[in-house]
Amino acid sequence: MASITLDNLGKVYPGGTRAVGGVNIDIADGEFIVLVGPSGCGKSTLLRMVAGLESISEGEVRIGDRVVNKIEPADRDIAMVFQNYALYPHMSVRQNLAYGLKNRKTPKADIEKRVAQASEILQIGPFLDRKPAALSGGQRQRVAMGRAIVREPAAFLFDEPLSNLDAKLRVAMRLEIKELQKRLRTTSLYVTHDQLEAMTLADRLVVLNGGQVEQIGTPLDVYRKPASAFVASFIGSPAMNLISASAVPHLPGTAHAGQIGIRPEDLTVTPDGPIAMNVLAVEELGAQRLVHGQTGGERITITLPSDAPLSDSMNLSYRPDALHLFDKDNGKRMD
Amino acid sequence: MKRTIFSNQLLPWLLLAPQLIITFVFFLWPAAQAVRQSFLREDAFGTRTSFVGLENFAYLLQSPEYFNSLKVTAIFAVSVTVLSMGMALLLAIAVDRMIRSTRVYTTLLVWPYAVAPAVAGILWWFIFNPTIGIMPYVLAQVGYDWNHISSKTDAMMLVVIASAWKQISYNFLFFLAGLQSIPGSLREAAAIDGAGPVRRFFDITFPLLSPTTFFLLVVNIVYAMFDTFGVIDATTEGGPAQATNIMVYKVYFDGFIGQNIGSSAAQSVVLMILVLILTVVQFRFVEKKVAY
Repeated sequence: MASITLDNLGKVYPGGTRAVGGVNIDIADGEFIVLVGPSGCGKSTLLRMVAGLESISEGEVRIGDRVVNKIEPADRDIAMVFQNYALYPHMSVRQNLAYGLKNRKTPKADIEKRVAQASEILQIGPFLDRKPAALSGGQRQRVAMGRAIVREPAAFLFDEPLSNLDAKLRVAMRLEIKELQKRLRTTSLYVTHDQLEAMTLADRLVVLNGGQVEQIGTPLDVYRKPASAFVASFIGSPAMNLISASAVPHLPGTAHAGQIGIRPEDLTVTPDGPIAMNVLAVEELGAQRLVHGQTGGERITITLPSDAPLSDSMNLSYRPDALHLFDKDNGKRMD
Repeated sequence: MKRTIFSNQLLPWLLLAPQLIITFVFFLWPAAQAVRQSFLREDAFGTRTSFVGLENFAYLLQSPEYFNSLKVTAIFAVSVTVLSMGMALLLAIAVDRMIRSTRVYTTLLVWPYAVAPAVAGILWWFIFNPTIGIMPYVLAQVGYDWNHISSKTDAMMLVVIASAWKQISYNFLFFLAGLQSIPGSLREAAAIDGAGPVRRFFDITFPLLSPTTFFLLVVNIVYAMFDTFGVIDATTEGGPAQATNIMVYKVYFDGFIGQNIGSSAAQSVVLMILVLILTVVQFRFVEKKVAY
């Protein structure tokens, strides 16, 4: 096991296109870090640079105390779980698990022991002699993780490993990955575009946008104090309401603010609230309902308990400390 | 599948007719003629034809020349297949690794396939011509005296090179398509799993290519055995001393030059049976055995 350090890491493609720039992340030993961002934000490139599948054009990657910039993927002591699982289709599950150990000249008895261990942890024992084609999506996912854990590497790298699964299985596997990582305490770097996955899995999450780090923090920190309007809109579901500051000129301290944000659950219905909202649509989620409406030309959404009364227009109030102000020049949080 | 119902009973037959007529006139009829001829013998002047049963076949089995031809065909077919598939695989791997200009290279590499076998034969005949060719000159520099007119080995090498060259394009296209259908992540996973480039090729890429390889193996054997008539005829004409007289050329030579129609027909029937076997192998095994 080891820590991972990304030091001013950057990637510029031969054509001059910059995919990633100036990324600094310190990952502690045993920590679960999730890289999250919209597609094209450079998160996969970053992961692939750590894995050694993509060359590093700027900065340094250190695994443990070792700079691995020029080290082959095989010698970085990492294991990777791919989005499409990348199981070897012509090998049985057992051979898939053993392949990495065999290449490293691990003694036969040792290989058998580790494969047995991994297959017990992941409950894939009954399928060991099947080919990947004969497995379901969830089973393949388990085998892919098994292939990573038999190696007992310093770090796991996950590249959107759940995005090929259906919604229900994704939730179940998410929990399994979390439990597995808690149990093995292996440093993990996990890439996803799904903010819910990021929130639930991460010890700390790294929000990326346009190849730059927007914010690094624990899920709750990022949720409660988003560092920029982008993070505010990306993390949290339903998304934070972002209103142009010019729409509410009477608010104190908003001179330099471009946007004002407030989470849907921070708005409450009160008869004399200062915000009058015309209701446009209601979405029922079962436990609660999302009410979408309009006030002064701005769209806003609030969450209400599912038994709360509805009407065509509602008055809303908020606690002043629930407001998030974002700078009008750079979109950064102001406080 | 969509089914069309014709109200007119004649129309579907009319639409099928051109294909059926071509198949009948150019495939079934000649094949039937060959089978019939293989049981007959004509006298030297072509005036009398008599039924001789299996005598033509019996004669073939006793003929050392025929067994020589079998041996030559085997050597030729294996060499052509190995050479053309090997070269094609190397080229396909090289192009698969390229990031840019892949299409340009692919297009250029496919060109030889458009060259007719006889033309390919003549091309290589010129290149290797002992008097005016460039290759004998080059080989002479390193001390090899090339002469495919007198040397059996040289003659065989010439027809193998000429035949294989033409087939490389075809094999290349299939290998490249096969390589590109292997997800890159498999090779990346193997790289992380500690396999070097050579290991990755033999453990991952080559096994995953096996359906393509097996298909090409059958196609190339069929090509070498039956489609290389033009190459042989344009270069060595089966010589020297029967060294390149492959079965399909012997059918032509014995029938049209030697005028031994009965024997030639019997040889064609043997070839037909071989094609039949190869076709069965192709269909039975390509879909079953090589699947992973």
